Amino acid sequence: MEQTLDFSAYKRHQRRAALSRSIFYYVGVIILAIVMLYPVAWLVASSLKPAEEIWGNVTSLIPGALHFENYAEGWQGFGGITFQIFFGNSFLHAGVGTLFTVVSSAIVAYGFGRVKFRGSKIWFSIMLMTLMLPAQILMIPQYIIFNELGWVNTFLPLLIPRLGGDVFFIFMIVQFIRGIPIELDEAAMIDGCSKTGIFHRIILPQIVPALVTAAIFSFYWTWEDFLGPLVYLQNPEMYTVALALRAYTDVGSINNWGAVFAMLTLSLVPVILIFVFFQRYLVEGIATTGLKG
Amino acid sequence: MSEPSAVLTGLNPPQETLTPEIRAKRKSKDFKRNNLVGYLFVSPWLIGFFLFAFIPIAISLYLAFTNYHLLRGGEWVGLANFERMFTSDIRYGRSILATFKYVILAVPLRLVFALAVALLLNTKRRGVYWFRAAYYIPSVIGGSVAVAVMWRQLFGGDGRVSEGVINTFIGVLGFERINWFGNPDTAIWTLILLAIWQFGSPMLIFLAGLRQIPSELYEAASIDGAHGWQKFWGVTLPLLTPIIFFNFIMQMIAGFRVFTQAFVITGGNPLDSTLFYALYLYRRAFNDFQMGYASAMAWVLLLIIGFFTAISFRLSKYWVFYETKEG
Repeated sequence: MEQTLDFSAYKRHQRRAALSRSIFYYVGVIILAIVMLYPVAWLVASSLKPAEEIWGNVTSLIPGALHFENYAEGWQGFGGITFQIFFGNSFLHAGVGTLFTVVSSAIVAYGFGRVKFRGSKIWFSIMLMTLMLPAQILMIPQYIIFNELGWVNTFLPLLIPRLGGDVFFIFMIVQFIRGIPIELDEAAMIDGCSKTGIFHRIILPQIVPALVTAAIFSFYWTWEDFLGPLVYLQNPEMYTVALALRAYTDVGSINNWGAVFAMLTLSLVPVILIFVFFQRYLVEGIATTGLKG
Repeated sequence: MSEPSAVLTGLNPPQETLTPEIRAKRKSKDFKRNNLVGYLFVSPWLIGFFLFAFIPIAISLYLAFTNYHLLRGGEWVGLANFERMFTSDIRYGRSILATFKYVILAVPLRLVFALAVALLLNTKRRGVYWFRAAYYIPSVIGGSVAVAVMWRQLFGGDGRVSEGVINTFIGVLGFERINWFGNPDTAIWTLILLAIWQFGSPMLIFLAGLRQIPSELYEAASIDGAHGWQKFWGVTLPLLTPIIFFNFIMQMIAGFRVFTQAFVITGGNPLDSTLFYALYLYRRAFNDFQMGYASAMAWVLLLIIGFFTAISFRLSKYWVFYETKEG
């Protein structure tokens, strides 16, 4: 009798200890979340503050009045070029670039993953070795070549090389293809399917998740790419959003920081939207392949 | 390969009906067809590799030994570029110093944070999913110019020393406000703090690794009387060393190449204290058009990264614990 009483008291004590540990845990992770997200919240809040409040009441996250005019003003851009042009350029760069990258990567990955051909192993290891090359080595000769071709100040140097696919994505898709049972290919072969037929009838539908992951990463890396556009796009009308933001904040005399913060916020919207809708793909892409984020 | 399909596709025809010659012929014909198909499929990459990697690598290697200038051209100068780098270019020395300081401080700090937070999130508690997402957001947007410009303002860039957010908090806490961008010792910390803030990707990789540690090991450790910290040192950490090593290599390589943040936030200032390697190389190539010299710098960067990667692999056998895989 006494023993059972003791036991329930012990259990109650245990539960109380677990509860306090839980509270401790959640207070900790919530504080960390606040620290992590504060800068982003501050940016969004500042984009809505009236000009005098941005630096006057700098740490507050709640604007005294919602000053949406900042967005209209920022959208006007600079030098007579509106952000409509810059966003259009960025969508062209990231959209077409991603399309090229993903389509080519899928085709090449099938070649390496499922077709046995002489030299495939050597080429595959050469391909992986190119991952080690710093962009700085290729950047200068590529610039000289594209300059000779008259491609500087066009999107061609940023888009055409992507027709070769991206090594990281090719590798990822190859790994994915190797996980698909070979029996599916064989069954299709018996039914008279060619290698090409197997690719688009059997493999392509199976690798959609890998392609989505590749597309997400490709899009947001391209959207945030700065060095490429910086080197090749010199005419302000060709600027991507990243370049435009740099130029916009570099002029020195900014009258309304609210307008600047509004455009900074707007430039993050596509990336945040992708994150919200495709979080699972992003997280799994990083966790399983070590893709850098 | 299963029997019926092998017969039907003619890859392995029944041996008794065929002479070796026919077999060899069939095999080579089949091989040829696959060769053609294989090369057709990988041709986008292969063509891209030759045009945009192989030829540029060859050109770059040649340029490294010339004084090529984008507008004036150039000629063969032998090892003069390398000599200049290591003997007379003071700014080059400063950029090496700044880069090493950044890598040595930012990479371990980022990994420690990533691991600590991954351990924190490696639980079945409710809502962990949302915290993981919240901690990852800075890394998603982190590479962008927008975040770099924001960061500069947070630390009171553009002469707003007393108005920046960080300094306002520092002031509230009763400390002296810091002129972050005016002092060589503090400017680099704005970039290191930015790197720490973006611990999301290594965190996710650590989390994936933690989930793969078999729970039996923890149970066995418990039976042996191990407590929380003992389990961490005895089970978690050793089993995680391959992932720590992977993250370390990836982050180190990324650290040596960092560009955008330094370009936008500090511009290499003050006194070249944040003039990172990639930034200085870019300036030499695209502001001064000294493309021969910049190419030589790029090859030295490759050697530096290769050297430290090789050293890391060498040292890894002393601390990275690999489970022996049985079939």
